Amino acid sequence: MGEMDTLKKEADGLKAQIEAARKAVNDTTMAAVASGVAAAPRVQLKNRKTLKGHLAKIYGLHWSADNRHMVSASQDGKLLIWDTYTGNKVYAIPLKSSWVMSCSMAPSGNLVASGGLDNMCTVVNIKAASPKTLRELDAHEGYLSHSRFLSDTELLTASGDTTCCLWDLETGKQKVIYKSHVGDCMCLAVSPDQNTFISGACDSTAKLWDIRDGGCKQTFIGHTSDINAIAFYPSGTAVITGSDDCTLKMYDLRADQEVNGYQDAALNAGVTSVSLSSSGRLIFAGYDNFNCNIWDSLKAEKVGVLSGHDNRVSCIGVPDDGLGVCTGSWDSFLKIWN
Amino acid sequence: MSSKMQSSNNIAHARRTVQQLRIEASIERIKVSKASADLMHYCGEHAKYDPLLMGIPASENPFKDKKPCTIL
Repeated sequence: MGEMDTLKKEADGLKAQIEAARKAVNDTTMAAVASGVAAAPRVQLKNRKTLKGHLAKIYGLHWSADNRHMVSASQDGKLLIWDTYTGNKVYAIPLKSSWVMSCSMAPSGNLVASGGLDNMCTVVNIKAASPKTLRELDAHEGYLSHSRFLSDTELLTASGDTTCCLWDLETGKQKVIYKSHVGDCMCLAVSPDQNTFISGACDSTAKLWDIRDGGCKQTFIGHTSDINAIAFYPSGTAVITGSDDCTLKMYDLRADQEVNGYQDAALNAGVTSVSLSSSGRLIFAGYDNFNCNIWDSLKAEKVGVLSGHDNRVSCIGVPDDGLGVCTGSWDSFLKIWN
Repeated sequence: MSSKMQSSNNIAHARRTVQQLRIEASIERIKVSKASADLMHYCGEHAKYDPLLMGIPASENPFKDKKPCTIL
């Protein structure tokens, strides 16, 4: 019996131990606990603005911390920065590579980041006299699927090479590499206290990481296909995931397991994007079938729909003040609803 | 890659997997009933400040196009 067999036996034993420990605290369901709560009102949001300007599929959007500006990325090879109150474009940044998959804006509003099939994350200073490339972060061995700034000096990225990375923007070098996923990393979200982040991958798992020491603290299973979208509950104690298996799940971090699932037998489109209202009660989920469904996060019931796009909803975001929700689509438009 | 190198890579991977599982097995877990109750409590406390849940008066809606006033 070689070392491989011993290790396999130990791994199987530990997996069984984890499963048993999760079962031991699984004394009820969220649905049962939430049955006494009043139903969320039927949510009817109107399309207040349609932002037109991109010429091809939109792959990412991210609200500024000022709740007014927003960056969007399209495979027309541009990042556009919008003033969403007026609908005007404030900056247009041409990309070296048009195969962009994601974009993000720093909390300060000074920097934007984008990347995709070029395997790089390009950081641009938009407040310079004219938008100027600050850094090209070039060490991932696979596509860049997602990025989020912690500040003007630190950025987290998720990659098709199965790792996530924390970059020092002052040196352009990798500070921490997060290795544990066995499939392409597709998405990440930072905890409200900025001590941890969560990643979703094509291995159907979500992982919680310590930002500073690079360790994977918890792994959440249950999805049966790629996790494309992930978001922290505003309390910081739960995460919502959206998957190609057509479902969303809520995992509670302290119970270390799935506590709620959001699915509908009639729905057989993958979830592409997810965002939450400011209290966490409403989940906005974009699907391959051109719609965005609105779910009651506690009762797991569908309470509304945002329809109006003519192609896949690829990205969604709610600004920090919670005053609206923006959807971005392969139909090249961004729509703001409230 | 020689098969010896490949098998030692596999062993290194297996060791890392076991190490990671040991970390995950050792955490403290709270009951789902408590976790759910806490999440519900959070929602309840913050609901009244959630504009998408409560609705936004037209005068405070930054995205709503202002209709021009007509003086009759």
